[in-house]
Amino acid sequence: MTVDLLAKYDPLIAEHAGLLSTGIRDPFGIVMEKVLSPTEAIIKGKHTILLGTYNYMGMTFDADVVAAGRQALTDYGAGTTGSRVLNGTYQTHAACEDALKDFYGMSHAMVFSTGYQANLGMVSTLAGKGDFIILDADSHASIYDGCKMSNADIVRFRHNDVADLEKRLKRLPPEAGKLVVLEGVYSMLGDVAPLPELVAVAKAHGAMVLVDEAHGMGFFGEHGRGVYEEQGVADQVDFVVGTFSKSVGTVGGFCVSNHPKFEILRLVCRPYTFTASLPPAVVASAATSIRKLMTAHDKRARLWEATRRLHGGLRARGFKLATETPESAIVSVLMPDQETTALMWSTLIELGVYVNMSRPPATPAGVFLLRCSICALHSDEQIDIVLGKFEQAAQMAQLALHEHA
Amino acid sequence: MTDRATVYARIIELIEPLNLKKVALTEATTFAGDMEMDSLTVMDLVASMEDEWDIMIPLNMLPDLETIGQVADAVAGLVAKKG
Ligand SMILES: Cc1ncc(COP(=O)(O)O)c(C=O)c1O
Repeated sequence: MTVDLLAKYDPLIAEHAGLLSTGIRDPFGIVMEKVLSPTEAIIKGKHTILLGTYNYMGMTFDADVVAAGRQALTDYGAGTTGSRVLNGTYQTHAACEDALKDFYGMSHAMVFSTGYQANLGMVSTLAGKGDFIILDADSHASIYDGCKMSNADIVRFRHNDVADLEKRLKRLPPEAGKLVVLEGVYSMLGDVAPLPELVAVAKAHGAMVLVDEAHGMGFFGEHGRGVYEEQGVADQVDFVVGTFSKSVGTVGGFCVSNHPKFEILRLVCRPYTFTASLPPAVVASAATSIRKLMTAHDKRARLWEATRRLHGGLRARGFKLATETPESAIVSVLMPDQETTALMWSTLIELGVYVNMSRPPATPAGVFLLRCSICALHSDEQIDIVLGKFEQAAQMAQLALHEHA
Repeated sequence: MTDRATVYARIIELIEPLNLKKVALTEATTFAGDMEMDSLTVMDLVASMEDEWDIMIPLNMLPDLETIGQVADAVAGLVAKKG
């Protein structure tokens, strides 16, 4: 007899079926039939405003970015069919790493096939047996998975809690190697880390620091390097991890650093070595996008303006938001339970607005969210349409709104 | 001195508010199976035990700690090692 290995997922299958039996659309089964621009798509034949894409700077359709990709596709072909350390490093990949070095003002850059793999690789390779990884409780799945893959001991501290981090660092042997892993922006609630305090505590206990700037790249700090730049701790952060799948507008991941021995990681980091490199078109697009983001001051200003408009507008309409003020370009609406969240999400999509539905365990304990991420190319008019649809959907989903003080 | 029995009794107290299924708590009760605790709740519970005894229980130890008895053994061991 064969044991059905998928039987363990029966409870989840039942839960998902239960959700859909109420007649709502599948929040995890959206198909974009046509993508009209960074802010609009056709979904089930309906013109839809996209408000959950992390396409913060709207680079996906930037004419120069598209042209660079098209040219590389013509010149270098559709793919590399190889690992970065064998036949998979083309001129385009080297140029992309140069763009990253210039963007971050750092001496080393390593491009991975995704941000997930960048975290998986860096976290698991930096900390080995006998070392400690100290991570924020709300860390992204890729950081948790990197911990699982490493042979280090894993210590978790309460989200953004400086005192809790310090308490846990104090319990570790002073002579052991330590890696503190932080994120500039936490993508579920859209809140920003108090990096100066966290990094100071980490350094005081002899730890190296890695900051994931997936949701901060492009619009935090003078050069758009991320929250760590804006908060003035650039000289104390040892490694910055990021992704091309958000502000850069394509796909890929990376780590940048000034560490003199950084290059050896290319040979020991398995998620870098044992997978094919990105297609030339992708890295060529990324390089062009990264160089444009260096000076995208107007877009940054516009992104913050649109974010404030959405955050302020939702608050004024009585929605409960995860942060008092807009801390990043993620605005998360707190929802009471799974049913209301799903119904509200489904109503919004029928009304032509796409946001992300998030639930445990992706979210911090017990939190249900409708997550909006804003794009610099969202017009005031689009934001106002979205605000109206949110109000309408809340009524239809019978979501209680509260008087605003 | 904190002996195994004292540790066990205190662990039961820490678990009680999280025992939403109200299952009987014994040495053999499992966190994921019997109590149906999700991984986040388990990690938070571990953090509270770390603070209770000022010890460190690395997350990578958790897969080996399935029952309350196993956790009590581990905590008692760590407390004893601390001296
Ligand atoms: C904080 C964080 N790190 C890493 C990643 C992974 O990025 P990628 O989409 O490139 O795999 C994401 C996005 O999913 C993220 O939110």
